[in-house]
Amino acid sequence: MDTLILSRIQFGANISFHILFPTITIALGWVLFYFKVAFTWTKDDRWMEAYRFWVKVFALSFAMGVVSGITMSFQFGTNWPGFMETVGNIAGPLLAYEVLTAFFLEAVFLGIMLFGAGRVPNWAHTGATFLVAFGTTMSAFWIIVLNSWMHTPQGFEMRDGVAHATDWWAIVFNPSMPYRLTHMILASFLTVSFLIAGISAYRWIIGGQTRGVRVALKSAVFGAALLIPVQIFVGDMHGLNTLEHQPQKVAAMEANWETAGNVPLVLFAIPDEETRSNRVEIAIPNGASLILRHKADGVVPGLNDFVTPEGDVLHPPVAPVFYGFRVMVGIGMLMLLVSWTVAFTMLRRKPGSKERRGVEGLPRWMLYGLVAMSFSGWVATLAGWYVTEIGRQPWLVDGVLTTRMAVADVPAPMVLSTLIGYLAVYGLLIVAYLGAIFYLARKASKGGTGPVVPGARLEGMGVAAE
Amino acid sequence: MFADPAVWLPFVFAALMGLSILIYVVLDGFDLGVGVLFPFATDAEKDRMVAAIGPFWDANETWLVLAVGLLLVAFPQAHGDILTALYLPVAVMLIGLILRGVAFEFRAKAAARWKKTWNHAFFAGSLMTSLSQGFMLGLYIMGLEWTLPHVAFALMTAVFLTVGYSFIGATWIIHKTDGVLQLAALQWAKGGIWGLVLGIGAISLATPLVSPRIFEKWFSWPEALWLAPLPLASGLIVLWLWSLLRKMPFAGDRRSWLPFALATALWTLAFGGMAYSFYPYVVPNKLTIYEAASSPESLMIILYGTLIVLPTILAYTVLAYTVFRGKATELSYE
Repeated sequence: MDTLILSRIQFGANISFHILFPTITIALGWVLFYFKVAFTWTKDDRWMEAYRFWVKVFALSFAMGVVSGITMSFQFGTNWPGFMETVGNIAGPLLAYEVLTAFFLEAVFLGIMLFGAGRVPNWAHTGATFLVAFGTTMSAFWIIVLNSWMHTPQGFEMRDGVAHATDWWAIVFNPSMPYRLTHMILASFLTVSFLIAGISAYRWIIGGQTRGVRVALKSAVFGAALLIPVQIFVGDMHGLNTLEHQPQKVAAMEANWETAGNVPLVLFAIPDEETRSNRVEIAIPNGASLILRHKADGVVPGLNDFVTPEGDVLHPPVAPVFYGFRVMVGIGMLMLLVSWTVAFTMLRRKPGSKERRGVEGLPRWMLYGLVAMSFSGWVATLAGWYVTEIGRQPWLVDGVLTTRMAVADVPAPMVLSTLIGYLAVYGLLIVAYLGAIFYLARKASKGGTGPVVPGARLEGMGVAAE
Repeated sequence: MFADPAVWLPFVFAALMGLSILIYVVLDGFDLGVGVLFPFATDAEKDRMVAAIGPFWDANETWLVLAVGLLLVAFPQAHGDILTALYLPVAVMLIGLILRGVAFEFRAKAAARWKKTWNHAFFAGSLMTSLSQGFMLGLYIMGLEWTLPHVAFALMTAVFLTVGYSFIGATWIIHKTDGVLQLAALQWAKGGIWGLVLGIGAISLATPLVSPRIFEKWFSWPEALWLAPLPLASGLIVLWLWSLLRKMPFAGDRRSWLPFALATALWTLAFGGMAYSFYPYVVPNKLTIYEAASSPESLMIILYGTLIVLPTILAYTVLAYTVFRGKATELSYE
């Protein structure tokens, strides 16, 4: 393998590992803020119980996100110097704003959010929670702006091979940004909903049937049931936006080789780039034309349009984009099914009573189903990112800079050695992270999280607080 | 000449980057140092040491992100040059940072039987980070060239910086704790101060010897005269620290903050000297800050944000340190 592919795998591994944690912290910050406000409003302990458990998961995820995020800012230089050399004038300020407005806001107020409950008044602690949530969201905003600009660049001009900004408004509000941002924020909320629902169901099963667990489970399931239809709608809009700006990506998602009308919707196939056709194909006639153009004979772009007469392939590798898209959509459908089934079961009335069934009315198998779905959001989010990022290839910045042009001239064995190092560490950490979350759940179920003591320490740091 | 934005903007950004690096080496320096000191502490002391840095380490580490971020956005060319040359030590540092960052959380949240393992990971991560930063410093001073003598020098600075971090870590523990642990930290500080002295000495000697340009900047008349206070003040601070450490702790824990403050002053002086040596180069003897800078328009955009946000960040930092002032005790929050 050469330096380019190794560097890509390394960056892909790093950013895949990294995104797992912001996907949790972006929405979990707001969920914690919600718990805190609900507690302040109702003075009901169950909200604080939920807060005290989930703030630990937040702290753990946040730490994982910070340390894996630092890796990113270095790898631009160690592996992809061509990126900043070419588009540094645009990427620079966006990254700078990310670090400035967001990172510090989170990191500084995180201390007060985690350890400061007994040291600052309640309103200040709620405020710190808000600022941390706001910070993570702003962080996501700036990163998505830059990422979207790499997909749909505008507002710049090239002088001597270097991009110079001409219109910052156009750069920030580039065409794919609003769709990608909304899609990602919703993905984060869905990931967190299923995480909270799954871990709460786990605690419920093993005997930790407290009021805090019940309220967390209910909030999470209803949240997911409400958001998943919105996400499906937004995802569709995002796809149409991609069709307009990056048709080659949509062609790869659909595994459609020839531009034509009456294009079928390929449900499953094995795309083969050697023969430039699909082996085995299960398809719905006219499906793709209907979805993308809203009429049966609508013209859908094909991959063969993106091969130059000289034979240069300017479309992405088809198989990963095609499969990734199906994994993402498949999990989305599963989320719809699970959240609606569980939500409707809880809403049904008990026989001969006006009372709703609630969490107690959930059959065991549904609780197990929720546990199985705990990390489904991660899989869908990763699959989605693979679709959009691999779908951008061979470009790093669409139409401006190819990935090959940006890679550092570091010897391949050196990249391989660091890649193995990162993979080993990430493998261990993911096991440790999952282990710690389930351990925290078991520990909380055994001892409960105790009563709310005014000024109690929220976080067990150094010495276990319980 | 400073009326031209293509001149003053790179200078301002170099100054901001320098400030971030200085704040980073002081702040993350003390919490890295605490990690390096882990093997010398008992298990109960380890908990208290972590409590002493718990609320701060996260924010401390973001100064590194800011420093490398400024290098990335303001001097993209240099960012590529420097980091490609330092590929391996950067990877070691990053893995170290990852290990210690997560060990912080895991040692408190994973099952008790794993706590020892995470304590080891915290130490190993802190050590890897400190050593690789020292190594990078040494190689940078030597002009980022991988030759045997340069690598040998870098290995030496790696050890010195690590001992230096453990020193400033010990002074932080002196400030944040009391009793037996504070006494232990006093011993650690006395045992670590040589690393700082030798490190600063070695760098001060090597820098002018490697580069005739830097030699010229320090030892020509009359520069040498008005630069003289710098080494003199450093020497005085070292002596003051030494006598202080021998007499402490004072009754009523008076002046427990002083060793940390003096250590910070010493680092500031050493850092100032280095900055003076290397200016105007960002990649030693190859690329000046003016050649490596982004376009003035882009720098201007970043500057607006920086001028609003940086003072706010500094205010937050002061606030966080105020909220968590006083001695770190094991479970007094409860």
